Amino acid sequence: MFADLKALAKGFWTTLRHMGRPVTTVRYPEQKRPGSANFKGRHRLYRYDNGLERCIGCHLCAAACPSQAIYVGAEENDPKAPVSFGERYARHFEINMLRCIFCGFCEEACPVEAIRLGPEYELADYHRHSLVYTKEMLLDPEQHAPKRQYHADVDRPRGPLGGLPDQETGVSGAPPGHRDTDTGARPPLKQVL
Amino acid sequence: MHDALISLARSAVVVAVLMTMMPYMTLFERRVLAAMQVRCGPNRTGWQGLLQPLADGLKLFFKEDLLPRNADRMLYRLAPAIALFAALAGAAVIPFGPTITVGGASVPLVVADLDVGLLYLLGVSSLGIYALVLGGWASGSKYSLIGSLRAAAQVVSYELILGLALVAVVLVAGSTRLGDIVQAQSQGVWNVLLQPVAFVLYLLAACAETNRAPFDLPEAETELVAGYHTEYSGMRFAMFFIAEYVNMVVVSAVAATLFFGGWLGPFWPGPWWLLLKIMVFMFLFVWLRATLPRLRYDQLMRLSWGSLLPIGLLNLAVTAVIVVATSR
Repeated sequence: MFADLKALAKGFWTTLRHMGRPVTTVRYPEQKRPGSANFKGRHRLYRYDNGLERCIGCHLCAAACPSQAIYVGAEENDPKAPVSFGERYARHFEINMLRCIFCGFCEEACPVEAIRLGPEYELADYHRHSLVYTKEMLLDPEQHAPKRQYHADVDRPRGPLGGLPDQETGVSGAPPGHRDTDTGARPPLKQVL
Repeated sequence: MHDALISLARSAVVVAVLMTMMPYMTLFERRVLAAMQVRCGPNRTGWQGLLQPLADGLKLFFKEDLLPRNADRMLYRLAPAIALFAALAGAAVIPFGPTITVGGASVPLVVADLDVGLLYLLGVSSLGIYALVLGGWASGSKYSLIGSLRAAAQVVSYELILGLALVAVVLVAGSTRLGDIVQAQSQGVWNVLLQPVAFVLYLLAACAETNRAPFDLPEAETELVAGYHTEYSGMRFAMFFIAEYVNMVVVSAVAATLFFGGWLGPFWPGPWWLLLKIMVFMFLFVWLRATLPRLRYDQLMRLSWGSLLPIGLLNLAVTAVIVVATSR
């Protein structure tokens, strides 16, 4: 009898005590938790420091994509005014975000680190066509992404990337595995495994 | 004519206060419950969620009013009305202040100052059970039926306990008129000090009568979908919902009146004191819900017939002996 009453009192005291605690709820739109450095959100296309696009239009990302969300339309570079470093460049580069499953295979397939998944995850919108991303939107989301889908506090480019490849050997400027030293990015998959 | 107008005004005020309190009680309950569970609760609609009850009401108002094919049409439509009527009618005998004088006429601050106030309360609270039983039966659904069966058995058991607790108070106060019971406590000795056992019994029985957790077996959402109101939608559901909260307010008001001196209190006018005491009891109800899990059906029955009934009878007998002994 008294043990029961004691248990009852303990229960009531527990609930009452919890009233004074600060709530654990994250008030989401105002308060955002920092995402993981590995988070796979919206893609970005990257450039070299001298302004050349990294993408060489090789279609490897499109081939690796399990949901066939990527379309690459490649063209020969004009030698006088090249768009990218290699022979070819991507004239069209589209990702259908409605099909994308954010697996990151495109990123792993890319030989020149042209495409990477970023931290942006607030991608909801009202129209299907606004979720098919063009090359401009992927290269420069700050300017070209739909207003509802770009959030300066979330979407930050991930760097640093390797520099321009050596003209003769074709080897990228930065040492391999440079992402280990970069606190904001993910180590190569081989090292993780 | 003049008296009729005054009566009408008093009824209107009481109904208006109850119907205004009810939606805010839902918000109060949700916020307190959330705080006890270290959550926020509804705080988006308006400042601190103050418009949430309005939004909920509007939503329910525009919902479709469904009538199940197997339903007994008349009873199905009648049940929510009975629930709401019984809940509001209970508030009629609760005094919320002393007799005041308005324009030369003395106005007692109670809708109906009945000599048999407590009997009336018991009667009206039994009437409210018909809503649960009929609503569950008329829905033509097994969950509703099980819910209403539970309601019937539970309320029969706990009405007895309620009666025993109230009779003990009547013995102490010497009247069944609620105004007299309040006046009997005006010496500063609240009935809760004279009748602590009756108070605990009343509290448990009141919880069971209003079908609140941990005695919410008739609607036991984890087992019976929603119990007796499973098939109800829109405003008919809302009427059951309003009735439940109005019942809570009435039961709290009765507890305050019988055991805590009703509207009596220093400094403030009577209605404010009654309101404060009601709020304390409302908090207690929410606190109970946040703390205790639902009782099993056999535990509920054993608690009623095995523990509370003998305690209540003993308390009544001892009270009667003491009252007789001291009155000579």
